[in-house]
Amino acid sequence: MSNDLPFLEMEKKPTVQVTFDGQRLDLPEGENLAAALLAAGIQTFRHTAKTGAPRGPFCMMGACFDCLIEIDGTVRQACMLEVQPGLQIARPSAGGGDHDPE
Amino acid sequence: MTQSDIAIIGAGPAGMAAAATAARHGATVTLLDEQPRPGGQIYRDVDRVNQPRADILGKDYQCGATLTRGLRDAGITHVKGAVVWAIEDSFTVSYTQNGQAAQVSADRVILATGALERPMPLPGWTLPGVMTAGAGQILLKQSGVLASNAVLVGSGPLLYLIAAQMVRAGTPPRALVETQSRYDLLRAGKHFGGALRGAGYLVKGLKLLAQIIRARVPRYTAATDITIEGDTRAEAVTFRNRGRTHRIACDTVLLHHGVVPNTQAARSIEVPHLWDNAQHCFSPVTDQWGATPVEGVFIAGDSAGIGGATVAERAGRISALKALEELGQISPQARDDLATSLLRQKAKENAVRPFLDTAYPPCAQALSPADSTLVCRCEEVRAGDIRQYAKLGCLGPNQAKAFGRAGMGPCQGRYCGLSVTAILAQENSLGPDDTGYLRIRPPIKPVTLGELAAMHQSTPADAAE
Repeated sequence: MSNDLPFLEMEKKPTVQVTFDGQRLDLPEGENLAAALLAAGIQTFRHTAKTGAPRGPFCMMGACFDCLIEIDGTVRQACMLEVQPGLQIARPSAGGGDHDPE
Repeated sequence: MTQSDIAIIGAGPAGMAAAATAARHGATVTLLDEQPRPGGQIYRDVDRVNQPRADILGKDYQCGATLTRGLRDAGITHVKGAVVWAIEDSFTVSYTQNGQAAQVSADRVILATGALERPMPLPGWTLPGVMTAGAGQILLKQSGVLASNAVLVGSGPLLYLIAAQMVRAGTPPRALVETQSRYDLLRAGKHFGGALRGAGYLVKGLKLLAQIIRARVPRYTAATDITIEGDTRAEAVTFRNRGRTHRIACDTVLLHHGVVPNTQAARSIEVPHLWDNAQHCFSPVTDQWGATPVEGVFIAGDSAGIGGATVAERAGRISALKALEELGQISPQARDDLATSLLRQKAKENAVRPFLDTAYPPCAQALSPADSTLVCRCEEVRAGDIRQYAKLGCLGPNQAKAFGRAGMGPCQGRYCGLSVTAILAQENSLGPDDTGYLRIRPPIKPVTLGELAAMHQSTPADAAE
């Protein structure tokens, strides 16, 4: 089970195609989206609105809101979604929050 | 609007057990849970797990399947993937499922919202690759995804459990960096008598430790000055141990120093909470039935105070029995007859807690973070900012929010609330109860205008009430 990626999948499952920021990914259908993205080598899911710092999944249970991604124009928690064919996922634009420019 | 006798929020051990007990005695139950399948975090995806993964996770995890089977009762409506965002008016529970908002009305509410990882603000804890230990376990339980190059940091039995599971999976952690000291274990000695009542728990813990030691996973205890290094992701953990500085390269850091009650739903309906010195967190005020001072509201399981899965299961049944009696479904005599052994078992299983709480105290560095350490992850507020607000006269977290937005982001203080209270309490030389906690208001989870607009209209009969 040696691999260069930080996360590895114990089992091989049937995959479907999605895109993440335009990059094509094959992710296991029906699996947790945040877990599948991590296993595909995606670490930075978004950048914070205030300082642009990189963030990825932290709690995996819908509480921390750090794994936010954008699907069809709506910002959602990746850890609360499942992989479906054809998902077009984007990193939410930094500064897209409700902060006033300083 | 759906009408039920009892609405239960959370399908972990407490919620599942409460639902099964209530339905068995004739009550109609709506069980609302955020996940697509029952189990809560402790038994997450237990019905879907395959054999090698089940062996890695162990027998205690597999036991969860007996609780999910209990949900196959015609009296239980399990609403899967339901994110509850408001509880109002004794009681209308509003939630979103599949992008559509809906409501259920109920005469009684049992909150079984479980626990959150205690916030662990350390330098670098917001970097990608840093997660809670619980998150690491969820990846394994639900997805069969393993951190292949991880360091575990903190204290508590859960660290040993996940380390042993990683050993069994063939990806042992690079190291266990533990913050508790030998002194903590000595102090815990005075609780050893109580712990012996839960000796099974201690034996399990020793077996886990034996597996970790056999796999030659390096353990460092009494670690201090912990920093997670990295620019755009976690690259290493550095710390001091026995007068030496260590650096361990890694891709993933799993943090844990205990779990605390998830109080968001209870606080949103003004259930009073008090500081629990032994568990170092706020817990809701409840009686032996889990009943709160808010009429008709019960809290069961870890969201009422940390006890673990089997305690939560008993607590769920106990709260359900009291609710059934109040609804006239069972007599007070039947309630007491059925509850006696549950209350006794719960007390026995809870007996190990004072020992564990003392032997594995929260990490001191994270309870009083350095000025430069981020405390509020969402709004990127540092510990030094909070201290500065205190110097300007800020006494409580709600004021701190106005000063600098701590607790104002999407997580609503779930991962900074306790830190903000602790820092302000220290700075102002006040206790946590006097310092208080963030005022939590609905919606307790985000809801879009589109979801609200699409909400099923209530019937004229509902409106007339």
